[in-house]
Amino acid sequence: MRDVAVVGFSQSPSMRREPNRNEVEILVPVITELKKNAGIANDQVDFVCSGSSDYLAGQAFAFVSSLDAVGAWPPVSESHVEMDGAWALYEAWVKMQMGYADIALVYGFGKPSMGDLPLTMALQLDPYTMMPLWPDAVSLAALQARVLLDGGHVTEREMAERAVRDRKHAKSNPFAQLKGDFEVEKLLAAPHLASPLRKHDCAPISDGASAILLAAGDKAKQLCKRPAWITGIAHILEPMELGVRDLTRSRSTEMAAQKAGVWRDKVDAAELSAPFTHQEILVERALGLSSKTHVNPSGGALAGNPMMAVGLSRIGEAAGQVWRGTADRAVAHATSGPCLQQNLVCVLEGK
Amino acid sequence: MSEAPKTEGPVEIQLAPIELAYTYSAGQSATRFLRAIAEGKLLGQRCPVDGRVYFPTRGSCPQHGVVIDGEPVVLKDVGTLVTYSIVRVPSPNIPLQLPYIAAQILLDGANTILMHLLNCKVEDVHMGMRVKALWKPREEWTTSVANIIYFEPTGEPDAPYETYKEHI
Repeated sequence: MRDVAVVGFSQSPSMRREPNRNEVEILVPVITELKKNAGIANDQVDFVCSGSSDYLAGQAFAFVSSLDAVGAWPPVSESHVEMDGAWALYEAWVKMQMGYADIALVYGFGKPSMGDLPLTMALQLDPYTMMPLWPDAVSLAALQARVLLDGGHVTEREMAERAVRDRKHAKSNPFAQLKGDFEVEKLLAAPHLASPLRKHDCAPISDGASAILLAAGDKAKQLCKRPAWITGIAHILEPMELGVRDLTRSRSTEMAAQKAGVWRDKVDAAELSAPFTHQEILVERALGLSSKTHVNPSGGALAGNPMMAVGLSRIGEAAGQVWRGTADRAVAHATSGPCLQQNLVCVLEGK
Repeated sequence: MSEAPKTEGPVEIQLAPIELAYTYSAGQSATRFLRAIAEGKLLGQRCPVDGRVYFPTRGSCPQHGVVIDGEPVVLKDVGTLVTYSIVRVPSPNIPLQLPYIAAQILLDGANTILMHLLNCKVEDVHMGMRVKALWKPREEWTTSVANIIYFEPTGEPDAPYETYKEHI
């Protein structure tokens, strides 16, 4: 395996609604800052890969315009995934393992405020048997939460505790959207949004973008004092049909964690992108995190949820823990699909 | 219904209408351009790296990947025909009779090409022609590039080839 590290990360603030700027205009300062901080020029980047969703934009091939933010003339070697940018990072990592690139630029962006996000996400379901019923994303997550509560797997209090913890951590994150000191009792006194979920159980809807710079071997050492080396990365997919899955655990996260080698050593910090409190509990359990792990130091997805960038941002935040020396070993998680259908786990280490 | 619905064989039709509403904004850069054209002004913007003028304005330079945030450049509505196609296929909303001319026009002072229509006899059209915009009456101007109905020849001598050859 080639040694590949995260050597740069930048992000826009998560905002409920970005009224003036379009996606490219949100992205340009993010990518400009990334290249400036790393001190690299366009011609040093061997591969560019992005993650976004044309459904959010409501336009076919909307992602192509985002290349304006990169500088794609003369032409660049480029690819795109209709997924969170974390999967774009995976593609770039594979490309680097194959020796096709030494430096790669990865980015993700989304402006879900243009449409109705929970409804738009119904379009990722089975088109014959599920989508015509328009099950929105919050209602589906609520069904999963009900299974967990009725089965005695989690309590509403445990769920509220995740919201309190993440919003508290987010106080030190200038890019977070939801932050502050909250009390479990008060959160639990709020009415249900989609029973048993309350507003605090749901990640906010955020417009935003983030970008990561990957580098291999000596180039990583030149670009970063303490690179965050990717020592394991894996993603696993569960079936689309919710009825055949075990919704009380995240099997795909467990398998990805095992493949990525999460349990080979201690985990100092973990950044999770579960968009609902009960899902965050499932991911914590699937990753086998102990009380010694600092979970979501940035606040995680529950504090800021830029669609198609939130998972990539978790990898960036986890890498930041390694660069700053607050963690020797950090784990990042990204998810996609309804009720934690697909999960990616990335282990980052300072050596 | 002329035919009874099939009750056997593969299901080949399922109606699942998708209706999603989106609220767009043009973005800062396009907004600036469209607000200006509603006033009859054509705005371009200069790349801070090499000084090339993009028309219309855009938030970033796709060549260098840098923010373009300087003052816009106001361009005149005259330019040079770089290349063209004589179109004999009818198309709705085109305000010209067939055959009409689809034109690539380099506005004076711009470094990127504008696509528009040219109102000109097909036997006269040629590269290097000097052209000028014909605008709708002022009271009909909106935030739209269609404020210009089409371009027309000015009758000036042709522009030298060197002035537009990089766009061929």
